[in-house]
Amino acid sequence: MNPLGDWFGRHSVLDPVGPHAARTMSAGWIVIGVCAAVYVAVLVVLALAIRHARRAAAPERGPETHRRHVRVVGAAVGATIVILFAFLFLDFFTSRGLAEVGAGASRPLTIVVTGHQWWWQVTYEDTAVSARFSTANEIHIPVGRPVMLKLLSRDVIHSFWVPNLAGKRDLIPPYTNVLWLRADRPGIYRGQCAEFCGLQHAKMDFLVVAEPPERFAAWVANQRSPGRSPADPVTRHGQAVFLGSACILCHTIVGTPANGRVGPDLTHVGGRATLAAGVLPNTRGNLAGWIADPQRVKPGAKMPPNILAPRDLQAVVAYLASLQ
Amino acid sequence: MSDETLTTPGVAPPPTETELDARLALQRTWWRDAGPLRWLREVDHKAIGLRVVFTALTFFLLAGILAALMRTQLARPEHGILGPDRYDQVFTVHGTTMMFLFAVPVMMGLGLYFVPLMVGTRNIAYPRLCAYAYFVYLIGSLFLWISLLTNTGPDVGWFAYTPLSGPEYGIGKRPDVWAQTITFTEISMMAFAVSIIVTIFKQRAPGMSLNRMPMFVWTMLVTSFMVLFAMTTIATASIFLASDRLVGTHFFNPAEGGDPLLWQHLFWYFGHPEVYIIFLPGTGMVSLLVTAFARRELFGYTALVLATIATGFLGYGVWVHHMFATGLPQLGESFFTGSSLLITIPNGLQIFCWLATLWSGKLRVRAPLLFVFGFFFILVRGGLTGVMVASVAFDLQVHDTFFIVAHLHDVLIGGAVFPLLGAILFWWPKWTGRLTSERLGRASFWLIFLGENLTFVPMYVLGLRGMPRRQYTYLAASGWGPFNLLASAGAALLALGVLVYLANLVVSTRAGAPAGDDPWDADTLDWATSSPPPAYNFLRIPVVQGRYALWSRTADAPVVTGLALDRREVLVTSTLDATPQLRYELPGPTIWPFLAALGTGVTWIFGVFTPWGIVVGLALTGPALVAWGWPRRRRATEVRA
Repeated sequence: MNPLGDWFGRHSVLDPVGPHAARTMSAGWIVIGVCAAVYVAVLVVLALAIRHARRAAAPERGPETHRRHVRVVGAAVGATIVILFAFLFLDFFTSRGLAEVGAGASRPLTIVVTGHQWWWQVTYEDTAVSARFSTANEIHIPVGRPVMLKLLSRDVIHSFWVPNLAGKRDLIPPYTNVLWLRADRPGIYRGQCAEFCGLQHAKMDFLVVAEPPERFAAWVANQRSPGRSPADPVTRHGQAVFLGSACILCHTIVGTPANGRVGPDLTHVGGRATLAAGVLPNTRGNLAGWIADPQRVKPGAKMPPNILAPRDLQAVVAYLASLQ
Repeated sequence: MSDETLTTPGVAPPPTETELDARLALQRTWWRDAGPLRWLREVDHKAIGLRVVFTALTFFLLAGILAALMRTQLARPEHGILGPDRYDQVFTVHGTTMMFLFAVPVMMGLGLYFVPLMVGTRNIAYPRLCAYAYFVYLIGSLFLWISLLTNTGPDVGWFAYTPLSGPEYGIGKRPDVWAQTITFTEISMMAFAVSIIVTIFKQRAPGMSLNRMPMFVWTMLVTSFMVLFAMTTIATASIFLASDRLVGTHFFNPAEGGDPLLWQHLFWYFGHPEVYIIFLPGTGMVSLLVTAFARRELFGYTALVLATIATGFLGYGVWVHHMFATGLPQLGESFFTGSSLLITIPNGLQIFCWLATLWSGKLRVRAPLLFVFGFFFILVRGGLTGVMVASVAFDLQVHDTFFIVAHLHDVLIGGAVFPLLGAILFWWPKWTGRLTSERLGRASFWLIFLGENLTFVPMYVLGLRGMPRRQYTYLAASGWGPFNLLASAGAALLALGVLVYLANLVVSTRAGAPAGDDPWDADTLDWATSSPPPAYNFLRIPVVQGRYALWSRTADAPVVTGLALDRREVLVTSTLDATPQLRYELPGPTIWPFLAALGTGVTWIFGVFTPWGIVVGLALTGPALVAWGWPRRRRATEVRA
């Protein structure tokens, strides 16, 4: 599936693929249905009132009219109260149900998501420190297994939102927020920052890739490996240019001296579906354009333009693309 | 009254000679002075009120232009009209202007103009304070807009969340401009609110006990109290923010024990009541228009009053529903779901009472009433989507998306702008003495109504389809393009409607049919005086005999005598029953409020750049305040009528 193809219709609150989004929407549809009925009822009464009162010869004022109004308005207020109480209980039990989805999990996968202006750092936790690894803007999860996301921010407030999977949760310094997810169908689901966080709030997307457990395990094993060593002269040259340039001040490639902590980890950048936080498909052309002038794609992004000779640029692109 | 009389000017009996003398004397006493600084010295509540209203409407149009810019930018994916830097300034200034420079001031301005007329007095309490407050409001508004035009407009949202607006991430002076603009409007709105409250409590005409006050006056009373509490909260917040940014305090800095969530609590503890501050006067206008055009008393007056007061209190208990996504304890969130649902009960009750009133009235469908129908159509939709987002789980899905953009605009446009547009058509004859065109009024209504629906209904869909708010562009692959294009087309229609509406006002002011004192056969005291009202409002203060003052007035209705003709005297009455207590002299025109406002402007504007601005500003404001309060010698003679 092409994650950057037409995602309209699939990227939606109305198409849940996990228990959180599904429970939210099944309660949501009840509320929407009742509210729509109330709306129609009010408008119908308004229309009838207008028709009635336009035809009236004189205003009705008598005690009989008053008593009738008291009865009707009283009934309407009573109905309102009943409906609102029903909504309150519905909401309470929905929230409790959502909390239990996470609490009942025996073997959750724990992922730390850190929001940065304007990208997502994703770190897979593990009891063994050596088994932890970092990636960016792409979260792989196994289908059917509960995932506990620990949400942090290093700068301003962001909000983590994957409409198909669950409601949003803010990333607020200095707090650690928690969000539970579970995807019940394999697929690629889009997420986006939902709290205004500055210039490139609009282009702070990410992908959640839900895959069968075996494929997920293979992905994890690959991610734990250091960055692939260059195998041909072009990528060797690319690595040399990369390591000799300002890139390493911000980026990490495990297995090389590059261990900057400011920008996304590039150890397996070639294997990701997108560049620039879900904005560009990860093609060589886009990668070259992004490296040369990130400000054209995301004005205000923290990555500076890189003036490289065409041959060097092509080599760096080849090297990064080889980091599968 | 038959329909024909609507367009026939009222014919008053010829005045007697003593009455003419009294009118001349009052005119001399209350008329504004003629000097070149007249505009700056003015203390008449009608002049100041209209000034506030027209300044606010000007900012409504300006912020509307910003909205049009945003809709143009979002009409197509990856559109290049506005870059992120410009877009962020535009949406921040749009929200800030609409909330702080348009919606609250326009309601306060209408209160300044109509509350003294409706309660039957000759001027607002504290007229000089109101003059001062207008200039403070004007200076603060210009500060914001000049900043925008010089590319230093605030760009952190009208909610200015820390740390984005804090010293580390809110670079330059942009967030400072926001914080100080807020400070300016806080000061002026609190001054207006105090004046309105005192006028309502102490200057009502004899006989207008609390339970005979027009609903509009009730809503202005509750709104003014809400302003006092809400504005003090945001004053605290904006001063915390300004001092974090300017003098290095750490209220919102977690590294030093501060907390960014503190900002959100303070902001929304103001921010949600703000919605009701804007909405309640709208309900007052709906009550006025429904009464006048259904030609019957409101059904459930007491219920409406209690619902208004209940809304005023409950409005302070729902702020956390703006913060469901911040990860607060779940039980606490459920409490705020409950309170947010609770506030629907008084609001629903109001809707039902108006519907009952309409039902049993004899309707004259005129352009102002069409806007009331539009109010029902749009506000109820906004209210019901509000019920949906009171639920935590659903809110977490649609929070900070276009669903909320649609919801809040339905509530504010439906709940406040539609009643406002209807009420302005209703009141225009009182201000200008001329009727507006019914045809243009209807045309503008349909354009605005269709435009509003076409703009905001697609946004509900966009929100559910995952489009977050406050993004300057979106990718073509998102598929959000068609709905955005539809919304932008709706915005164009809406803008056209506003232009037709304005044209109607301009044309009718020049060429409208003369209106007479009471073209609508309405019930409140403002229609008992000429259109436009004389400087002294009423030749003789009426004695109110019922809840619908003009409808219950008998031919031999008593009037108040004994107020001075040669001094600005008003009658002070008791708070509950409006029994006369004493005569009180209000101050006349003076330049000092204007100079004090200039000093206040210097304080806050230069305070952005250096703490010495505060010192210099106070050095200017202090003497102006002393001169303002300087006691004057009282004349010995008295003339009474």
